[in-house]
Amino acid sequence: MNLFFENVRLALFSLKANKMRALLTMLGIIIGISSVIAIMTVGNSLSSYMTGELSSLGTNNVYVSIAIRENEEETTEEGYSFVEENNQAHITADDLMTREMIENYADTYADNITAIGIQKNVGSGQIFEGTKSIGVDVKGVTLGYMLTDNKDLKAGRFFTGRETEGAKRVCIVSNKVVDKMFGGDDEAALGSIVQTQIETSFYDFTIVGIYNFEAGAGALASYMSMGNTTDMYIPFSTACEMNHSDYVAYFTVLAKPDVDPDAFADLTKQFFVPYYRNNRNVYIDSYSMASYVEMMSSMMGTLTTAISVIAGIALLVGGIGVMNIMLVSITERTREIGTRKALGAPNSSIRLQFIVEAVVICMIGGIIGILIGVGGGSLAAGLLLKSPANPSIASIFGSLLFSMAIGVFFGYYPANKAAKMDPIEALRYE
Amino acid sequence: MEERKKIIDLQDIIKKFYIGTPNELTVLHGIDLEVYEGEFVAVVGASGSGKSTLMNIIGSLDRPTSGKYELDGVDMIKAKDSELSGIRNQKIGFVFQTYNLIAKTNALKNVEMPMLYAGVHGKKRTERAKELLTLVGMEDRMKHLPEELSGGQKQRVAIARAMANNPAIILADEPTGALDSSTGRLVMDIFHKLHREQGKTIVLITHSPELAEETDRVITLRDGLVTSIRRGKGGAY
Ligand SMILES: Nc1ncnc2c1ncn2[C@@H]1O[C@H](COP(=O)(O)OP(=O)(O)O)[C@@H](O)[C@H]1O
Ligand SMILES: [Mg+2]
Repeated sequence: MNLFFENVRLALFSLKANKMRALLTMLGIIIGISSVIAIMTVGNSLSSYMTGELSSLGTNNVYVSIAIRENEEETTEEGYSFVEENNQAHITADDLMTREMIENYADTYADNITAIGIQKNVGSGQIFEGTKSIGVDVKGVTLGYMLTDNKDLKAGRFFTGRETEGAKRVCIVSNKVVDKMFGGDDEAALGSIVQTQIETSFYDFTIVGIYNFEAGAGALASYMSMGNTTDMYIPFSTACEMNHSDYVAYFTVLAKPDVDPDAFADLTKQFFVPYYRNNRNVYIDSYSMASYVEMMSSMMGTLTTAISVIAGIALLVGGIGVMNIMLVSITERTREIGTRKALGAPNSSIRLQFIVEAVVICMIGGIIGILIGVGGGSLAAGLLLKSPANPSIASIFGSLLFSMAIGVFFGYYPANKAAKMDPIEALRYE
Repeated sequence: MEERKKIIDLQDIIKKFYIGTPNELTVLHGIDLEVYEGEFVAVVGASGSGKSTLMNIIGSLDRPTSGKYELDGVDMIKAKDSELSGIRNQKIGFVFQTYNLIAKTNALKNVEMPMLYAGVHGKKRTERAKELLTLVGMEDRMKHLPEELSGGQKQRVAIARAMANNPAIILADEPTGALDSSTGRLVMDIFHKLHREQGKTIVLITHSPELAEETDRVITLRDGLVTSIRRGKGGAY
């Protein structure tokens, strides 16, 4: 044990004496370890974010959306390409789903479906009164949307049948709107008429309900665009009237709890095949929330593997660098090795001395790598997800052990070479 | 003179070096040498006569090509390398012409080094090292690094280091060779002190006839053979 600490002390000494050399030697280890840690930190944060997303949206959600045919013969398995209404120039109104299609679908699978959430974007605008204003995204929604999107009303009510049938100008706004426009007074807000500008037109809406805005579902998208803007919901029929169209590009189905969402997504896809048989532009794709999350994690997994391979190569190169510098160090210290042997050092402690030195170099490299990796990964996770970073303790300890193992592995050959030196030749070395 | 124990017993030691396959160089041509416990022996001879080679064999840093060698009753020819490192650690203290202190390691740590390999623990080790540095008059320089010491000071630290595990034998290969005569005198006095006060067996290689004369016995080598053994003026010191 004495000897061990003495060896650590000596190793630190020789590192201190050759700082630049030590840093360059460690570079490969630093790059390797930091990239592994960074990607694991991001991956970890992403997967806990997605688990949160999944639980807030519900595992039983099935998404149905128009997808562009990539070529005529095959419809790809993983055609999870969102097609936003109006977004794709070459998609025409003829390509969109009609309300009859969706109604037929709902009737056919009534036993499997709890709710269907349809959403129709009207546009971005702002509510204003006097000097106060706040941005809103106006969306026409059905009652099912509140269920599929897991929106609970904080105050007020959803649209009545009469309001829906009559395409009335009523709305549900977020608590943010109430905070800004009504000083947080829900009672004052309910029943009030708000003036809303959408593009160049002005509309008056009566507030009937208030929901709590949560930085959960879709938070990524909304954070990326504008800070204070929240959704304002109006009846689907009202949106159809305002847009002069009642076509739908996508909707969400909340399957019954005992329904397997993946199998149901397949059924859904099949259901729409006849409608789109002759459409060369688009088809209807459907996938479950669970499969979406799965796909995202498998993508993340692939990325992690790819970066790990690169990191592995960096670590290999780093290890060879450590071996090289150890060979140099041993040659420089040949006389010292001879002297130690003359003083009675057994071969095993000479070997230990240089293995410890290699391990210390790699461990310091590993620690620097971990610090950079955690820092970089947290920064990336923070910017990307706005959620606290989640560095994995296991991967930190794993990396530390791994870098030490590299030291042992690549330090062994030079250390053994030192241990086997002939004492006389070592002492005579000039 | 009372009957004394043989501590070094070399018989017919031959050492050949192989420099390239066909060429062999015989450096020691059959050396017989006995050194008794507590004896102070000087080895003299021209440069290249094989003194260092002989010393390395005595110190078990090198093995003879043939011959018999017993050190303190142990058959050094049969001993394994791992046993030899233990013997070097416990029974032999080396002093080199070039000091060979470990760089970037202070005097105290240098003296502690052989005790570290012997497994002597912290406080005891440090105490012993301080004691030895005091013995060689280096108590003020314990925390100095080798590069901060003069030649004579380095050699005194090296002698303290050689004494660390209280070995029976001290082997010194031209310890004063790189020192001026007054510093050499100081170092030589330390050897006399260790011999006189602690009864160490000392084998000293030297080029200086005066220093050799001060020992108990002077052995002269020429071309790998012992050509004369005579008494020194030992008792005078
Ligand atoms: N490792 C070696 N390989 C080849 N020749 C050697 C080796 N060591 C010593 N010699 C030769 O042996 C002879 C004696 O050397 P050495 O014992 O160092 O002499 P001294 O110490 O008396 O000056 C010299 O000729 C030297 O060149
Ligand atoms: Mg010599």
